[in-house]
Amino acid sequence: MVDPRTSVIHERLAKIGRIVAVSSGKGGVGKSMVATILALTLARQGCKVGLFDLDFTSPSTHIILGAPNVKPKEEKGIIPATVNGLEYMSLIYFVGDNPAPLRGADISNALIELLSVTQWGKMDFLVIDMPPGIGDAILDLVRLVKQIEFLIVTTSSLLAFQTVRKQVALLCELNIPIIGVVENMKMNKAYGIQEKTEKLGLKYLGAISFDEQAESAIGDMEKLLSTSISKKIGQIVQTKVLAKK
Amino acid sequence: MHEWALAEAIITSARQIAEKEKLKEVSEVTIKVGELQQVEPKILRFALSQMKTDLFKHAKFRILKAKSTLKCRVCGAAWKFNTKKIDIATAEAIHFVPEVAHTYIKCPKCGSPDFEIVSGRGVWLEDLKGAK
Repeated sequence: MVDPRTSVIHERLAKIGRIVAVSSGKGGVGKSMVATILALTLARQGCKVGLFDLDFTSPSTHIILGAPNVKPKEEKGIIPATVNGLEYMSLIYFVGDNPAPLRGADISNALIELLSVTQWGKMDFLVIDMPPGIGDAILDLVRLVKQIEFLIVTTSSLLAFQTVRKQVALLCELNIPIIGVVENMKMNKAYGIQEKTEKLGLKYLGAISFDEQAESAIGDMEKLLSTSISKKIGQIVQTKVLAKK
Repeated sequence: MHEWALAEAIITSARQIAEKEKLKEVSEVTIKVGELQQVEPKILRFALSQMKTDLFKHAKFRILKAKSTLKCRVCGAAWKFNTKKIDIATAEAIHFVPEVAHTYIKCPKCGSPDFEIVSGRGVWLEDLKGAK
């Protein structure tokens, strides 16, 4: 018996310029916020961008986007709904606000299903909001998505950075490109994340200070794009590390 | 029309197998569709017929249905998936992503959502026959 779904994934993603997985070894470092703002920033610069929330058990990008109650279209597969200018896909379409208690094999199966039936079309970027850690989602993406690249988010905490080290070691071992590391919610005291990142041979993309305005900007795109997080992400995008292909 | 995307995957996968086996023509493709995903065989068959390339010119598509068995990881109870016990919106969500069954279905004995989909999840390419 053969699972036919994986055979078509490459084709489904073939017209996407760059696929960027926003990832971290730890939860709570602001991956979803960085992924969403990154996608919105790229879209505001005229790129065609998709956002795929792969954090199946704790999705939150729909809240950050203030996504209305939209549904994807069914047309020879699933066509993502357009939300605030982004082609948006999330398990939330199918589970609503209910919990999705999925074990590893279920996460893999759901991920393969969505990758094989989602018709993304031609896009400049697909930004993926990853679940934390180095579990099933990361292993499946690395296995199934040939052009995947990672953008890693950490905080200033040693606890977060230690998990980042492990993730970087895994990705390097698998020869997966890493765009760089973003230090989010930077504390005033310096903990040397830049030096530590550079010691790993990675690009330190910049620090984002803790922004108290961010919470009240959730769901409001104009407010969100005027936060200091957005400004910093805008600067990172300007450095051309995320240039169109 | 989600079946079209699955049909495309079946054709692509069957073509890859035929190429690997150096088959010049495929005579029969056996597909198993799990009850949980509620794939409509008529639509799937039509989609497959529309995607036929020369390799599949004379191919027969056999579509077999597989009963879906669910087994509770907490109390060990096993039961069959039954669309009559769920509403249309839930059935549709499970049709798109069968794993979301864990959101809507509970063990009939102990009420746990922690169950295993033992069989009959989705679409499988069961067998392929052809001539070299």
